[in-house]
Amino acid sequence: MSDIPKELSYAKTHEWVGNDGDGTITVGISEYAQSSLGDLVFVELPAMGDKFSAGDVVAVVESVKAASDIYAPVDGEIVEINEALSDSPERVNEDPFGEGWLFKMTVNEPEHLENLLDADAYQAVVEEEQD
Amino acid sequence: MAKQTPIYDHHVASGAKLVNFAGWDMPINYGSQIEEHKVVREAAGMFDVSHMRPVDIEGANARDFLRRVLANDVAKIDEPGRALYSCMLNARGGVVDDLIVYHLAENWYRVVVNAATTEKDMAWLKSQAEDFGVEVTAREDLAIIAVQGPNARELAAGVLGESLAEAAMALSRFRAAAEGDWSVGRTGYTGEDGFEIVLPAASAAECWKALLEAGVQPVGLGARDTLRLEAGLNLYGHDMNEDTTPGESNLGWTVAMNDEDRHFVGREALLMAQESGHSRRLVGLVLDGRGVIRDGAPVRERPGDEGEDGGREVDPDEAEGQVTSGSFAPTLSRSIALARVPADWAEQDALEVWIRDRWHAARVVKPPFVREGKIRISL
Repeated sequence: MSDIPKELSYAKTHEWVGNDGDGTITVGISEYAQSSLGDLVFVELPAMGDKFSAGDVVAVVESVKAASDIYAPVDGEIVEINEALSDSPERVNEDPFGEGWLFKMTVNEPEHLENLLDADAYQAVVEEEQD
Repeated sequence: MAKQTPIYDHHVASGAKLVNFAGWDMPINYGSQIEEHKVVREAAGMFDVSHMRPVDIEGANARDFLRRVLANDVAKIDEPGRALYSCMLNARGGVVDDLIVYHLAENWYRVVVNAATTEKDMAWLKSQAEDFGVEVTAREDLAIIAVQGPNARELAAGVLGESLAEAAMALSRFRAAAEGDWSVGRTGYTGEDGFEIVLPAASAAECWKALLEAGVQPVGLGARDTLRLEAGLNLYGHDMNEDTTPGESNLGWTVAMNDEDRHFVGREALLMAQESGHSRRLVGLVLDGRGVIRDGAPVRERPGDEGEDGGREVDPDEAEGQVTSGSFAPTLSRSIALARVPADWAEQDALEVWIRDRWHAARVVKPPFVREGKIRISL
């Protein structure tokens, strides 16, 4: 079973969301997502200050064989991107929940974070896809 | 329930990610496809390709039969121990399958066909065999391990029996040595030197284990695909099919037309196509920027260029060219593709390919992109 840290929240589309506690969140893709995609070769990240609504395409991760859209988990504005991924996209494969984070964004409506899945609910999503 | 090769347990033990490929549970990678790709270019890797099927053709008329069903001419391999790449065509000149034919002994040939086409090929071969009185046998009792890379031959020879190892090391390209149900061909599908070992299914797991212990790394079908694409080798079902002729797939060189008395299946159709001139060609594309060209992507001429579509914008769903195989190329660290385009586009320096939501310029190059560890195109 893939690793699904309890302290994070998740989207059905396989992004993880970490609450930074200062009104911003960190977003990445799950272990299951990186494993399904295989070796990443390009990561296309948004620009600082870009504003998104929940469900908008924020970033694109491309592996040897597939491209995958990354969606905004909530409404907000980009405040930081993981620039290291430009030269080292493999960090997402090696450490998806750590050094492979994608971007940080503000959260316009903090209560919307409650719409995300907890680890158990995300685990169920993964199990369903594997069947 | 998918079929499993005799090496399946080793794949699981090595942590393979398994996918269903043509009805078989096959390893797509064992962790990192890119690392596996590089190990074949730089050292030695091995592939379980036991889903591909050796098919034996035996009988006094075996040679005549193969001169009829194959577009290349087995008269080129009259000496036993030689091998030949060929297409097998339908009456329209379309490609039923591509294969390697080995001349094992007098009146005994072996073709190795693709997994996805095995059933179709067997039905076709058997229907064509009736007039020749030859026996066509799918060898389900055999497995195939391909060992590829600059160190592959030496490492592989170490796990073969002494006399077979000696014969194998003496092979020049596209030759094979056989001993009982074991055969070793100096052939492959990666653009690197190496062997393809056909062996009894019952011995396959043991041979794989010995190769592992000798330091040969397992490589999945994911890297097999990027390796063959870098080497400019076609994949059946992607770069060619029953509706494309060899000439439209850069395989005109594999069709032996010179013997006018050899009436191979598809010959008439190819002669007619030749007269009217090939309308389409397969070209190599290189993307100099970021992004990855994907299978099926539309290809057009650059707006402003001379030519039929030159100077006008073409929507992706109206483009006349199409990518048949596209991927990231680990040796080049950029994306490459094979694309089928109108013949006159092959002379252009660059075309445009659709990636996700817009057109990108891509240079036209002549494959191979990489061979024997060396980059063969300008970057």
